[in-house]
Amino acid sequence: MSYLEKESLKVVGTRPIRPDGVDKVTGRANFGADMVMPGMLWGKIKRSPHAHARILSVKTDKAMALPGVKAVTTRADFPDIPPDKRSIGAAPANLWDLSRNCMAKGKALYEGHAVAAVAAVSPAIAEEALDLIEVEYEPLPYVMDVEAAMMPDAPLLHDDIFTSGVDPKPAKPSNVAKMIRYAKGDVEAGFAEADTIIERRYTTKPVHQAYIEPHACVVSVGSDGQTTIWSSSQGQFMVRGYTSRIVGADIANIRAIPAEIGGGFGGKTIVYLEPIAYMLSKKSGRPVKIVMSREEVFRATGPTSGAVIDVKLGAKNDGRIVSAQAVLKYQSGAFPGSPVNQGCMCGFAMYDLPNVLVTGYDVLSNRPKVAAYRAPGAPIASFAVESCVDELARELGIDALELRRMNGAKDGTKAAHGPTWVNIGYQKTIEAAKATEHLGTRLGPNQGRGIASGYWHNAGGESSAACHVNEDGTVTVTEGHPDIGGSRASMAMMVAEVLGVPFDQVRPVVGDTTAIGFSASTGGSRVTFAGGMAVTQSAQKVVEELKKRAAVMWDISPEAVEWHDGKAFPAGANAGSFDPLSLADIASKAARTGGPISAEVQINAQGQGPGFTTHICDVEVDRETGHVKILRYTAIQDVGRAIHPSYVEGQMQGGVAQGVGWALSEEYIYDKDGRLENPGFLDYRVPVASDMPMIDTVMVEVPNPRHPFGARGVGEVPIVPPMAAVANAIADATGIRLRDLPMSPPRLLAALDDSEPLRQAAE
Amino acid sequence: MAKHHVSTTINGEPVEFLCEPQQTLLDVLRDELNLTGSKEGCSSGDCGACTVICDGRITCSCLMLGAEAEGRTIQTVEGIAQGDKLHPVQQKFLEHAALQCGFCTPGFIVAAKALLDENLNPTEEETRYWLAGNLCRCTGYDKIVRAVLDAAAVMRAEAGR
Repeated sequence: MSYLEKESLKVVGTRPIRPDGVDKVTGRANFGADMVMPGMLWGKIKRSPHAHARILSVKTDKAMALPGVKAVTTRADFPDIPPDKRSIGAAPANLWDLSRNCMAKGKALYEGHAVAAVAAVSPAIAEEALDLIEVEYEPLPYVMDVEAAMMPDAPLLHDDIFTSGVDPKPAKPSNVAKMIRYAKGDVEAGFAEADTIIERRYTTKPVHQAYIEPHACVVSVGSDGQTTIWSSSQGQFMVRGYTSRIVGADIANIRAIPAEIGGGFGGKTIVYLEPIAYMLSKKSGRPVKIVMSREEVFRATGPTSGAVIDVKLGAKNDGRIVSAQAVLKYQSGAFPGSPVNQGCMCGFAMYDLPNVLVTGYDVLSNRPKVAAYRAPGAPIASFAVESCVDELARELGIDALELRRMNGAKDGTKAAHGPTWVNIGYQKTIEAAKATEHLGTRLGPNQGRGIASGYWHNAGGESSAACHVNEDGTVTVTEGHPDIGGSRASMAMMVAEVLGVPFDQVRPVVGDTTAIGFSASTGGSRVTFAGGMAVTQSAQKVVEELKKRAAVMWDISPEAVEWHDGKAFPAGANAGSFDPLSLADIASKAARTGGPISAEVQINAQGQGPGFTTHICDVEVDRETGHVKILRYTAIQDVGRAIHPSYVEGQMQGGVAQGVGWALSEEYIYDKDGRLENPGFLDYRVPVASDMPMIDTVMVEVPNPRHPFGARGVGEVPIVPPMAAVANAIADATGIRLRDLPMSPPRLLAALDDSEPLRQAAE
Repeated sequence: MAKHHVSTTINGEPVEFLCEPQQTLLDVLRDELNLTGSKEGCSSGDCGACTVICDGRITCSCLMLGAEAEGRTIQTVEGIAQGDKLHPVQQKFLEHAALQCGFCTPGFIVAAKALLDENLNPTEEETRYWLAGNLCRCTGYDKIVRAVLDAAAVMRAEAGR
């Protein structure tokens, strides 16, 4: 059954108060660091002060001798992982790399890399013990810059990595872990045909997800190996799976309980602390809590890649883009796995192009291993492509939205990375952008307007859900995805809609790994799509069961029962004449009609609809200081169907704000020794309330027919356009094109100063 | 190391505790008094997740020592609602969907409550600058600012102004 007709919906599309809301505004909600267990110890981690160093020895006896210290762990406690156990489930992660990222083996590969850990009866004693752990290092040459790392004579991080994707296999190891290529048509022929060619280089810096909650966990290992993990993550099943393999424990011996999660944005899709806390708990026989400091979060987790991107566009004078080429070089940090592949796929995905060639490189350097960050890879590529498209529009004298409309992807367009689009809403976002009141407003001096679009493919995958009708007719729905931004509300709404009951008759629960079947992580904008599909199907199964029970109570055939408005009715006069039965009526008789009424569903969801968006940004440039003020911002997005519109708007607004930070102020700054200089929120500047205006949202709804309610992922694509939208607005305001992020006041001021003589001459 | 004995008032109740000299008020609230509603996001006074009201002023509890609470009056997020009646700021945060992950929310609730204690009719700009010491990475601040302005309107109506 489908619920794509919006007019028939009673719950979906409304804005109820989220079920976990009261706990979160009163301080009762329990996040990762809020858990306490009897006899609990405090763990702390010793980290490398060097960007690259051989670890010659780790001596722990002095630390162990400190009163109050109960355990110390080093790499020697962790198993080596054989090659056949290097991946897990549907989302492959190289577990050998992940293990060495959790605890360095042989070499420290970045400043902040964990080399040992201690557990003690208080945080202060644990901290004191860290200083007593003696690590002897041999500092090695290091490399931070992406292009320097690609040079043949660059310091090598790993001697067993040979560039993959190159034929024949290279004879020498390299920091280039992978090369990727997507091609369509013939770009050289395309450029030969072009009237105008624009070729530009753009750069971005690593930026951190900067969730406000630092990583935290409590792990308790019993002497029989049975283990409980309480932690904040984007997936309790991810925590269980990764930890089990990294420490060498059976999955059935680990129960992972999801705490409330204080933001993740992709950065909590891997483990850092749980395997270490496991070892400390195993050795001490007591539960161990580890909470990262903010400084540790910056030095040792996340960020996303910094990158160098070369873009070349060729167009006819009428605006048709006939050829597009890009080379993307993404930093992966100390282990392979930058999101360059997604960058290659997403950069040109908004366009209908005859000739495309995209080449990507995954490049190691002595920086923390990158982690996923909201639409991983796409914002970086799109900053370059959407800036270059704007440069092309200005060169051709064609309106930026019109150029995008002319060249924009639509149903039937085949993207260079493979898919042929169906049911996409990109053109509708452009039409809606053209119709905004925002676009009709006039700008003042030193003000400018920028347009940029974005694409993200979204994800489906494995999800489980269970729908239980309680004895009083209320409903409990259990799902397997940590609720990172209000998804409990969406789950309960979909179930309430199917059952025909009020929203607050349904209470959603995020189950631990023993309470619900396997579910992939909260990420890829997949929860409302895949999780929503699972809860909807579980509720539909319950409706079928309720009809059977009503049939038993009435002694008629189940086919003669229909379900609507939360009640069973006889299907027409032939079925007999009975008073309708509510959920409560049926539930109260469940023991006599067959027992408890529940349904659990496991799916591997396919058919997530891609997300397209178009943003409009107005800025004002202060020529004295180089400061850029965001005056007005409108995000227009195809959201499929907004289940809870407030939380969809919230995703759009939050993505914009993160993008504005990426555009204007956020960056990792290293000193000459490869040490991070700004590991705190004072010097790593994320947007605050006074940096932002209200963010207008326009939700275009092109329902995704593969989802029962038409939903498509909405959480990630809003971070894709802002960097280019801001850059394009600055160019509009000043005539100056900034191609390097962040466009911070010193950088813009320098560019303004450079251009001042030209401006005066022009005047 | 000898512990300090501290007598203070938290959420209207007299409270006594022992703390180590280096423990912050936030450490004491969370680890000694089980008041875990105040969150630790940075321990450097930059994120505001640990915001409390101390003698009427908003304060990052991570920047104040536990021992400094002696003789003071402290209000934490746990003391904002009156029993089961939410403060208008809390109610409006829920109605406006002004939280996503909810981790920064306690700090925002306390800071916004302090703003409205002082000024029942703040402009959008005043609200944004008042809340500039509280980081939210999820919402882009739009719905937070709307919730606070709406709560102010409700409180003005209740006050007959």
